[in-house]
Amino acid sequence: MPQTLAEKILQGRTEETITGPGQIVRTRLSSVLANDITAPLAIKSFEAMGATKVFDPEKVFLVCDHFTPNKDIDSAQQVKVVRDFARKMGVVHFYDGGESGVEHALLPELGLVGPGDVVVGADSHTCTYGGLGAFATGMGSTDVAAAMALGETWFKVPPTIRATFTGTMPEHLEAKDLILLLIGKIGVAGATYKALEFDGPVIAAMDVEGRMTMANMAIEAGGKVGLFAADDKTLAYTRAAGRADAAPIAADPGAVYEQELTFDVSGLSPQIACPHLPDNVRPVEEVAGVVVDQVVIGSCTNGRISDLRRAAALLKGRKAAKGLRLIILPATPLIYKQALREGLLEIFMDAGAVVGPPTCGPCLGGHMGILASGEKVLATTNRNFKGRMGSLESEVYLAGAGVAAATAIAGRICHPAEIVGRS
Amino acid sequence: MSYTGAARKVGTNIDTDAIIPARFLVTTDPLELGRNCFEGLEPGWINRVQKGDILVAGPNFGCGSSREHAPIAILGAGMPVVLAHSFARIFYRNGFNMGLTLLEIGDAADTINEGDRLEVDPEKGLIRNLTQNTDIPCTPVPPFMREILAQGGLVGYVRRQMTEG
Repeated sequence: MPQTLAEKILQGRTEETITGPGQIVRTRLSSVLANDITAPLAIKSFEAMGATKVFDPEKVFLVCDHFTPNKDIDSAQQVKVVRDFARKMGVVHFYDGGESGVEHALLPELGLVGPGDVVVGADSHTCTYGGLGAFATGMGSTDVAAAMALGETWFKVPPTIRATFTGTMPEHLEAKDLILLLIGKIGVAGATYKALEFDGPVIAAMDVEGRMTMANMAIEAGGKVGLFAADDKTLAYTRAAGRADAAPIAADPGAVYEQELTFDVSGLSPQIACPHLPDNVRPVEEVAGVVVDQVVIGSCTNGRISDLRRAAALLKGRKAAKGLRLIILPATPLIYKQALREGLLEIFMDAGAVVGPPTCGPCLGGHMGILASGEKVLATTNRNFKGRMGSLESEVYLAGAGVAAATAIAGRICHPAEIVGRS
Repeated sequence: MSYTGAARKVGTNIDTDAIIPARFLVTTDPLELGRNCFEGLEPGWINRVQKGDILVAGPNFGCGSSREHAPIAILGAGMPVVLAHSFARIFYRNGFNMGLTLLEIGDAADTINEGDRLEVDPEKGLIRNLTQNTDIPCTPVPPFMREILAQGGLVGYVRRQMTEG
């Protein structure tokens, strides 16, 4: 029977024959992930379950990225719990300090996730690896604790919504705009319990970083996974990251989809998610002019080198508006070094930006960019829930890196094309 | 096991940041998390809750983060049951794993008023609104998930399986 991408990837890691959505299958896991917020709870559950060792010290990934560099004593204590556990279990891929970065940017870059993998993580944005053709999904700490002990878990095979993107990408349009468009269309619960599968000529032409940006926000539509076929571009990316064994994977022709959507991107404007939900999406023209206090460029959605290059192209020789705080956080140490080599960091600093260390900090209102009441931010992050980045009386707008840089320069939400024409 | 308590209502698309904002995630202590439950919705919201109250929510309850601190905070605040129009996926699994009883009741969530006395029977799949004298039928919690709840969550369930197996 022809299989969707979700079914096909799961089939590779289960003994059972997958017959269709709704079936519950026991699945061997390629890897298991937790971070400094979710690992302490997972460790608590792991020990309470009576587990004494992880299923494979090479396949448990622990990344300290949310409250790091540690913002206070409590967070330092939490990270210490994770560090001690990593040492005790002999976890090979424990990341802290200068080796650490935003987990979902870091693990792909290190070649630790790739096509055909089945990954669970105690972080909802684990779905990012779908950009590489991995069935990757977020779970809670206790599910992840069991997965760390057993190396397996159960999944209900999801029905799939296929989203096909056609047409020609206009100048200034980026991957973020496509995923925001989709979430705006189907809503924050539109894909609950379901897989999203992305294809079409626009996706085929898109680079792997863009695909990860899109997969990252599958959860913002409630999705279990956001999947892309692994093609030559994926294999080039994963090989460069040190993963030699990657093979292509795609849905079978004739696979059955619950729903098929087609989006023609020709003539599309950059998209903005307005407060307070990721599905409150409007074209930039409709919100242009909204004055913001802060712009944040970073996170597991848009903190990669392609995002920084896009922002730098606009910020070069220009300055962030007076009174606006521009915060730029390269997502990993490698991205940071690359940005340094290319002169991007200097461009950012000349523009008046604070260039911070790799961290999830501001995205979740953790630290390094918290908002006061009445303030507005435009961020390249993935969530704009009420109070997400600080005060309950603050507002978060979401957009891609180009709009973020343009907005920083203008001091108000602005189309990048408006900046390009200016000196 | 059935539960009786007063309904405490929240709205649509209540996300995990509303249930427990990130600034409180520097602890895993249920009581500490419970004290700050729904601080992201309305400061001091939790002060109106009595132990044993039943949370009633609209569609997509628990969307957002994978943080297990969210169901722990609800339990820590003394609310053992959530009735929602519908739940977000990760939260649904986390709820049972933490020992929080969850029932999906669709549009019937709208018929319950703040403060209504409710009697919830997860095994029968029946909610009695004692204030309005009405019955709300729903899908019962399946036996193996009730077993997880009876053990206080997945940890107790796994430990019991291991000692018995």
